[in-house]
Amino acid sequence: MMRFILPFVVFVVLAGFLYVGLSLDPRDVPSPLIGKAAPAFNLPELYNPTKKFSPEDVKGKVWLLNVWASWCASCKDEHPILVELARKNIVPVYGLDYKDKRSDAENTLRSAGDPYTLVLSDTDGRVGIDYGVYGVPETYVIDKQGIIQYKQTGPITHRNLREKILPMVAKLEKLP
Amino acid sequence: MRRIFILLLCLMPLFAYAGEAKDMATDQVLEKRMIGLAEKLRCLVCQNESLASSHAELAADLRREVRELMTKGMSDQEIKDYLVARYGDFVLYEPPVKSYTLLLWFGPFALLLVGLALLLVQLRKRRSAMPEVALSSEAQQRASALLNNEKDN
Repeated sequence: MMRFILPFVVFVVLAGFLYVGLSLDPRDVPSPLIGKAAPAFNLPELYNPTKKFSPEDVKGKVWLLNVWASWCASCKDEHPILVELARKNIVPVYGLDYKDKRSDAENTLRSAGDPYTLVLSDTDGRVGIDYGVYGVPETYVIDKQGIIQYKQTGPITHRNLREKILPMVAKLEKLP
Repeated sequence: MRRIFILLLCLMPLFAYAGEAKDMATDQVLEKRMIGLAEKLRCLVCQNESLASSHAELAADLRREVRELMTKGMSDQEIKDYLVARYGDFVLYEPPVKSYTLLLWFGPFALLLVGLALLLVQLRKRRSAMPEVALSSEAQQRASALLNNEKDN
């Protein structure tokens, strides 16, 4: 009897591991920045490059930092969701235009709509490195104290906006 | 005229050496150190390639970053820490020994021990299943006769 039970148990355990593995996304590398202060930067605004923006400027507010680029295909999928979110006026979304040409970024926003409170140009991608960006789009939820509370790697979908990002924003809004 | 032409042709190979990769630094020692370190780091875009061999744009940026940090005088360990603070342990090809990597590090050895134990148990079982039987003197004689016969041939 043992002859049959033992291989069967081994098989079930192995199949269990493989089944769980199927639903894991190897691209979703957990960010070490969660729970840490959003790295400081000082970047020019896209539309007004002489003006600079730093995360210090929005301390006391809950905000989203959305890393995007005009050359990024999945940013186009996520764009209408951001436009919709901006219309509802729930949370300010700051765009980090990652390794992009100014004119390309402006053209994209002109044709697809501009959901951003402010767009910042990270032309050489250095701020991206500080935020651990490895694939655009990526979105960070930053609280009133300037702490990164959540990171979405890959495009925002209706589902994770509804289930993760918006509840997180609502929760953080209630905190001092 | 013809001689000059031939001479010029002979000089042609001098211009034919391969151009260096675009982001090579001028400092060869630094570049070697950078590549050495980058081989131990994972490119986050391709995931199965090292930072040294990846052609992804991010990898080029990170090589530039590593090079600059080295120029600033940071040690290899400091640079690793710098990258881990941004991208997590995932950038290291060799994961650090931590509570949640214990299984990864020592699991194979545990499996080996389990395998050896199972093998020993099986061998013991087999030995007890086949008890040694003493040969009767008649059989003994036949056996030696056969063996001796063999020798004579």
